[in-house]
Amino acid sequence: MNTEILGVLLMYLLTVALAIPLGRYIGKVFESDRTWLDRLFNPVDKTFFKLGGIDPKKEMNWKQHLSALLTINLVWFLLSMFVLMNMGWLPLNPDGNPSMTADLAFNTSVSFVTNTNLQHYSGETGLSYLGQLILMLWQFISAATGIAICAVVFRAMKEKTTDKLGNFYSYLVRSATRILFPLAVVVALILAFNGTPMNFEGKAQYVSMQGDTVNVSRGPAAAMIAIKQLGTNGGGYYGPNSAHPLENPNYFTNIVENLSILLIPIALVFALGYVIKRKKIAWMVFAVMTLGFLLLLFNAVYFEMKGNPAIAKMGIAQPLGSMEGKEVRFGPAASAYWGVTTTVTSNGSVNSMHDSFTPLAGMSALLGMMINSFYGGVGVGFLNFYIFIIIAVFISGLMVGRTPEFLGKKIEAKEMKIAAIIALLHPLLILAGTALSSYLYAHNPAAYAGWLNNPGNHGFSEMLYEFTSSSANNGSGFEGLGDNTPFWNIACGIVMLLARFLPIIGPVAIAGILAKKKYIPESAGTLKTDTGTFGIMVFVVIFIVAALSFFPALALGPIAEYFGMK
Amino acid sequence: MKQNILPAIRLTLVCMVFFMGIYSLLILAGAQLAPGKGKGETATANNRVVGWKLLGQEFTDDKYFWSRPSAVDYNAAGSGGSNKGPSNPDYLKQVQDRIDSFLVHNPAVKKGEVPSDLVTASGAGLDPHISVQGAYVQVKRVAAARNIPVEKVNALVENNIEQPLVGLFGTKRVNVLQLNIALDKLK
Repeated sequence: MNTEILGVLLMYLLTVALAIPLGRYIGKVFESDRTWLDRLFNPVDKTFFKLGGIDPKKEMNWKQHLSALLTINLVWFLLSMFVLMNMGWLPLNPDGNPSMTADLAFNTSVSFVTNTNLQHYSGETGLSYLGQLILMLWQFISAATGIAICAVVFRAMKEKTTDKLGNFYSYLVRSATRILFPLAVVVALILAFNGTPMNFEGKAQYVSMQGDTVNVSRGPAAAMIAIKQLGTNGGGYYGPNSAHPLENPNYFTNIVENLSILLIPIALVFALGYVIKRKKIAWMVFAVMTLGFLLLLFNAVYFEMKGNPAIAKMGIAQPLGSMEGKEVRFGPAASAYWGVTTTVTSNGSVNSMHDSFTPLAGMSALLGMMINSFYGGVGVGFLNFYIFIIIAVFISGLMVGRTPEFLGKKIEAKEMKIAAIIALLHPLLILAGTALSSYLYAHNPAAYAGWLNNPGNHGFSEMLYEFTSSSANNGSGFEGLGDNTPFWNIACGIVMLLARFLPIIGPVAIAGILAKKKYIPESAGTLKTDTGTFGIMVFVVIFIVAALSFFPALALGPIAEYFGMK
Repeated sequence: MKQNILPAIRLTLVCMVFFMGIYSLLILAGAQLAPGKGKGETATANNRVVGWKLLGQEFTDDKYFWSRPSAVDYNAAGSGGSNKGPSNPDYLKQVQDRIDSFLVHNPAVKKGEVPSDLVTASGAGLDPHISVQGAYVQVKRVAAARNIPVEKVNALVENNIEQPLVGLFGTKRVNVLQLNIALDKLK
């Protein structure tokens, strides 16, 4: 069998094999059950709580959770603005990189605090080492925010009738120290041992064999790259992210980094099974997510390995496949696999340039972000999926004439309204944003000539991709887009903010309201939610919502480009 | 909201110390044991540093194996890809020009033998590798430019092929810098 395809199979199977035990461990961390890392982390967490002035035992209801979450995120945003706008004169800046402009700092701060990591700057020239480190901090704690709020929803699903849902700060700190930190240490050390830089020195210089003088950017890269992958952040140290040979030196590190993208999102599904003690539900969720993921994956790998039809017409060989924007050490199969894993999980790091993907492989990446719940970002991916479950329960309830119930709680008008608003918010932000930018461009192409790197349908895809990526809190891009302008910085910043916090508030509100309701024991009349039939129902709901919302836009972008190239 | 402000600020400060400070220093300390000590590994030839092991560099001379085209001319302080879409007419013309130019420099090569990695830009513009076929199609040119037998250069390429991980996973490829260093040593 083709060694490239074997590599893809290995990566996926290894990820699932590690995610199952990790899910159990995460479940224990959520439930404060005993684990073998307690001895190390009990004192660490105690220090966090003591210095932070926090009582980790104080129970919060869902509104208090949201209030704590939003407040601390605001603090992070303000601190981030300050550092990015002043890093030019702050310490740790050996290369003398400048501070950011206000609109770029706004975009970057929102981007990293919301776990998006959309980058309208390039790491080598746009950040000091202090800037890189503060962004790395957001990579840890914005990911921990997602995991913490997911833990709150798990807890609400588990409880019979209560409004006590644990302590937000406790979930936040424990997610950061006990889940993200140990994994990041392992991955960062693997990278450092494979040649990724980890130092605080300025640029190095050498004279090449042909006599050119070359400067090489370096710095504390290994530490940041590890957490960028594990926390579904995706913000790279270098401009071209994990396509850079120092950010992702070889095929082995590519396996490790790609595994890190999917690991926690999948593990959280199994953590759900552990927390609510209903393993069958976890497997149902996993099966639906995996089906969607595999469909997108087959499509992308097939078209990337087949190569670019326009280049085939020129009469040269494409033994590997489509190679524009790709690295030879990974090849098209591993690049397409990365492209799909990074978009379904809202990670957004890349090991090849998505802008140069063949049209339908690019569509797989777009669809991964449009659906945004086939595994999904750490924590928030499940929250998106939860919305689809609620809608599926409601629709199936109507179809068979039973009261819609989920885990012993009646789903009524209020919950359904919230679920419908959240499900429609994502398409609204994407389509409205794309419509606005297309309108501006179409009416004055000369004024916005710097925006698009490619003409025609592909240019439209570049704008569609940018808003999709912002709204999915993904952060990857069709990077040809000239996006460091006030319009893109501010528009994408606003989209990222709305698309981060509303889809957190909605599901937490639903889960909190449901948790307070009277528990109805299962009876013969209950709709079973841990069966294959219900799984198909959820998949159909996701498919219909995505198809109705996005097909017209996709038809104008990648689909038209595909048929135009035939 | 009010009662959350103070804990939020205090907790953020603790996180700064732990994740920016302690975590970074821990990895920095670990990296001191790694080859290159976290500063980057250089490649040497004739007792002179001629590059970084992991980074591709520009080779355009007929007597060297060429690297892939780069959207940033192998600038390791400002890396990037072309971000050209697959159907962009300007881009396709550029690829056609690269094919033509390659065939002019390599008259013994038929068009159908040229692999696409030699005429497309990589993701970071610093790709250290070319495909195996990409190395073999350059052998005749290099041998002629250096006046050495083709078989000798062919054997050199064969010795420099990097196999997939444990022979099973990933691509076969050739590191251009290593190949050219070995080439210069060839008598």
